[in-house]
Amino acid sequence: MSRPWVPRLAAAVLAASTVTLAACSGGSDGRPIIGLITKTDTNPFFVTMKKGAQDQAEKDGIDLRTFAGKVDGDNESQVTAIENLMALGAEGFMITPNDSRAIVPAIERAKEAGLAVIALDSQLDPPDAADSTFATDNFRAGELVGEWARAKVGEDARIAFLDLSPDQVSVDVQRDQGFMQGFGIDIGDPQRIGDENDPRISGHDVTDGAADGGRTAMENLLQRDPDITLVYAINEPAAAGGYEALKAAGKADSVTVVAIDGGCPGVQSVKDGQLGATSQQYPLKMAADGVTAISGFARTGVKPANPAGQDFTDTGVTLITDDPQSGVESEDTTSGAEKCWG
Amino acid sequence: MTTGFEERRQESVPDRVQHLLHGRPTLGPLAVLLLAVIVFSIINTRFLNPENLGLVLQQVTVIALLGLGQTLIVLTAGIDLSAGAIAVFSSILMANLAYDAGFPGPLALLAGLAFGTAMGAVNGFLVTRVHLPPFIVTLGTLSVFFSLNSVVSGSETVRGTDMPAIMTWTGETIPIGSFHLTYGSIIMLLLFGVFFYLLGWTAWGKHVHASGDDAEAARLAGIRTDRVLLSVYTVAGAVYAIAAWVLMGRLASADPNVGTEYNLDSITAVVLGGTSLFGGRGGVIGTLVGALIVGVFRNGLVLAGVQVVWQGFAVGLLVLLAVTIDQWIRKVRA
Repeated sequence: MSRPWVPRLAAAVLAASTVTLAACSGGSDGRPIIGLITKTDTNPFFVTMKKGAQDQAEKDGIDLRTFAGKVDGDNESQVTAIENLMALGAEGFMITPNDSRAIVPAIERAKEAGLAVIALDSQLDPPDAADSTFATDNFRAGELVGEWARAKVGEDARIAFLDLSPDQVSVDVQRDQGFMQGFGIDIGDPQRIGDENDPRISGHDVTDGAADGGRTAMENLLQRDPDITLVYAINEPAAAGGYEALKAAGKADSVTVVAIDGGCPGVQSVKDGQLGATSQQYPLKMAADGVTAISGFARTGVKPANPAGQDFTDTGVTLITDDPQSGVESEDTTSGAEKCWG
Repeated sequence: MTTGFEERRQESVPDRVQHLLHGRPTLGPLAVLLLAVIVFSIINTRFLNPENLGLVLQQVTVIALLGLGQTLIVLTAGIDLSAGAIAVFSSILMANLAYDAGFPGPLALLAGLAFGTAMGAVNGFLVTRVHLPPFIVTLGTLSVFFSLNSVVSGSETVRGTDMPAIMTWTGETIPIGSFHLTYGSIIMLLLFGVFFYLLGWTAWGKHVHASGDDAEAARLAGIRTDRVLLSVYTVAGAVYAIAAWVLMGRLASADPNVGTEYNLDSITAVVLGGTSLFGGRGGVIGTLVGALIVGVFRNGLVLAGVQVVWQGFAVGLLVLLAVTIDQWIRKVRA
């Protein structure tokens, strides 16, 4: 059963890939190196962020190196990425933290070594562990769809929540609590999902932020309470799955769904009437501003900083809907489609 | 077993249960499923509503199909960590061939099924010809297929409305009163029937069991275990690709970001269904029951208003219990 070509083939493949890798990494030519470390490689939000950073890096003559965690929540890969960037002599890096607390010691080491650090999308814990943070105000994003939903559906809604995960992740908590605040629900502890006791809340379930989770969660919540009239979804893929469940139950026209993201498929869903409204955020801008700030540091030595008196730079959020409600500022889907991502 | 009637009468109750489960590994999971159904229907009367039961069946269809392919591999004492990756990548290939490359629907579908089968065959080739352990092989291909998935899709979702109707046909339902049966679920149930027959009543089925029970003995008995294994991995790939088609029907889209948990979910269904991770013992019907157990728990706990953190807790406990029982059964006195 011996097949001597197998080890030889394996050795050849290994040798070839080593040579290729060495050729790739030997390309530094005096341009300043800046890193981008995203949560994962696959989520369209981070794919867009990477694109924004690459475009800006090309304009500014920057050598951009990108890294990502393997899955959402993977802190270790991000720590390794920071260590690699320090070894490469990078000027600084942008990071969307997978674990906003656990990453801080690695960030402190990088700052001591003289790197500029910008948090993108989510704040670090504590927020001043980064030199500056470029992010969406997630609480405000939730609040906008909450205000819109209250004006659209009225105060007596029965509300289902399609949340992200059971772990009280900060983006999940901020959006969920912002929605409640906007709708006029007493939120209790703003750091906790699920401690409210408003009778209008029909139930919470988690979706992993994906369509399959959104569909299953919505089906189960509808079984528990068929009188649901309003659905809040953590993001647009979860909302799309939820909509499929509503459609299958014959409730697509009687239930209003709101979400947060502003991706192109989501804006299209608003246009098609599947989504009532969505809060649009701007990953391209976050990344481009981050590259500009760090390349500025490379040129002038002035570290990036947050606006005076604030702990992050708000990259903005806009309510996108074709059914504007009085008292809630919004733009239509034509404008949303021009600025959408993914 | 040569245990006579006289001896058996003196066995204790646990001994008798042990023997019973050894002979019929599906009985344990079935009992758990029935118990769960009873408990959840007492907590919330809606649970037994035909509409709700129809939903539970829809919710477990994809995982049950992945578990079906996984069962074949586990029966040969292997494991497939790439099941979900093959399914998700197949769905992306189907959708993109139709949407980007302009293939007619049926052709894109067939091509996707062929690709899925080929991905299974790659696993089989590495296991049987390069002699790598299944765990290592599928750990590698898991990563490879998920990466290719991101590359091909550009991390973009293809919406159902942009695809030929045949791609999402599996999501259409046949209403039976308020019970809604999807074509995807029908395909799933038919496939379980087919493999129940193939494993129980054909030479191929006996060879699969024998290869998992004791590969050396099987080889000495003249079974070409390499060929059996290759066929098992290839067939599993085909089943995963069918799961991909069913998945697109359920989501009305092809989403490259679903399915990161599918690999483990399919193994959970197999384990809960009483198929031994050490090979040779178990069967596909148990896997269907195992998938239903997970679906019933998830649905029942939400209906009961239990906090979502406890869903994973409950399923995890069940898995530990199932493996404990499996170990206990293996110590049966023959």
